[in-house]
Amino acid sequence: MHAVKHTMILGMTAILMMLVSNVCLGAGIPDKVSISSIQKYYDPVSFNHAAHINNLKDCGLCHHHTTGAQVTDPNCARCHKNSGAQATVSCKGCHTADPFTPEALKQQRDQQPPIYHRDKPGLKAAYHASCLGCHQKMSGPTGCQDCHKRNDGGDALFKSGKYAPKAPAKPKAAHH
Amino acid sequence: MIERRDFLKGCLACGVTAATVSVAGTSAMAAGSFEGYPDAMGVLVDLTRCVGCRSCEAACNNEQKLPEPDLPFDDLSVFSEKRRTTEKAYTVVNEYKVADKDTLFRKIQCNHCTEPACLSSCFVNAYTKTKEGAVIYDASVCVGCRNCMIACPFNIPAYSYSSPLNPLVKKCIFCYDTRVKDGRPPACVEICPQQVMTFGRRSDLVKLGHDRIQANPGKYVDKLYGEKAVGGTSWMYLSSVDFDKVGLDGHIQNEPIISNVKDFLGFVPMVLSIWPALFTGVHLLATKNKDGHHDHEEGDHQ
Repeated sequence: MHAVKHTMILGMTAILMMLVSNVCLGAGIPDKVSISSIQKYYDPVSFNHAAHINNLKDCGLCHHHTTGAQVTDPNCARCHKNSGAQATVSCKGCHTADPFTPEALKQQRDQQPPIYHRDKPGLKAAYHASCLGCHQKMSGPTGCQDCHKRNDGGDALFKSGKYAPKAPAKPKAAHH
Repeated sequence: MIERRDFLKGCLACGVTAATVSVAGTSAMAAGSFEGYPDAMGVLVDLTRCVGCRSCEAACNNEQKLPEPDLPFDDLSVFSEKRRTTEKAYTVVNEYKVADKDTLFRKIQCNHCTEPACLSSCFVNAYTKTKEGAVIYDASVCVGCRNCMIACPFNIPAYSYSSPLNPLVKKCIFCYDTRVKDGRPPACVEICPQQVMTFGRRSDLVKLGHDRIQANPGKYVDKLYGEKAVGGTSWMYLSSVDFDKVGLDGHIQNEPIISNVKDFLGFVPMVLSIWPALFTGVHLLATKNKDGHHDHEEGDHQ
């Protein structure tokens, strides 16, 4: 009875995860991942996961120790040398979208043991640090709009495009 | 003789008063001992992460409802000069060439000092250091004297030169009214794609900053800028190069700015209370001969 219940919960969780995102656990590695956490300002990125896997081969470059890849960072290896593949592999499984809410800060403060994973970047920073850091090293695209095109909301925020300042820029100011 | 005795009595009374005032003053003005409000928030800025996208400037403009900028926020030509904060921009990003090819970007805004010099210098008490860590100000009482602009060790307060009738001081308020008051991070922190800025309790960030230095040997200069500078600031910085190279004064004093003037200010009550009596007495004595000319002549004859 317990086993059935357990399987049901697992199954439902898997379905839910697949509905929420096309990154699913164990069942398969997604070929494409749609990243839309800043869609207020930028169009979603359709991340070509398959192409990156083919190019890099090493899952650990982005997924750290969670895929069971060989851990090279000596600091991580202290605990995760033999920890194997984890149930949670997706970026958003560990990196929170809102890392600075009062609740998130409290959780971080209360975490046990209070040593590791305290300086964990939020989801947006994890994406950018991982993608941009690697793109800079491997001459991939590095401009903001090379990956995600800015939408109308973004133009309004940046006062660009049709929201650009009307008045021509003043000559270098007289006040200094 | 009666006049002289009164003068001496007056002097004594003044001296006692002045001594009392200055003793009371000394204990009240122990600047530098204030460690900050226990739950004050802060921001740890990691300069090695900034890519100079100017999103923080755009978010600040939007959040604080500032006037339209001269150029769009995606225009990177602004990096050709070193900018400072203005009435239209409470934060600006500057680019610093730190080596032949390397550049670092630094976002400039109010550092929200634990013992703010702007607050100390303001004679209408416009400034407040809130328990959340923000240094805010009440624009309605500002008389536009600009003392705070001179006092600030980071050249942050800006002035509304464009408003001839009611010019006011303007600066970053840590998004206090709209965010930090409710425990939410400021707009610039939230929008940053690189998490250059880490928001949290200042006391936690001090530890986090040192941990990050230790966890990445060789990456950072072994100093958390703002941990001690001018008595401590809510915004603190990590850098891969000397702080002087990114426009921060690496040799800034650790004592709060008010410590530079508190000794002098301690004299003021004494001067105000003793000097009038002293010089009145001196004046009376000095002019006594002129007024009492006949008395003296009579006295001499006797």
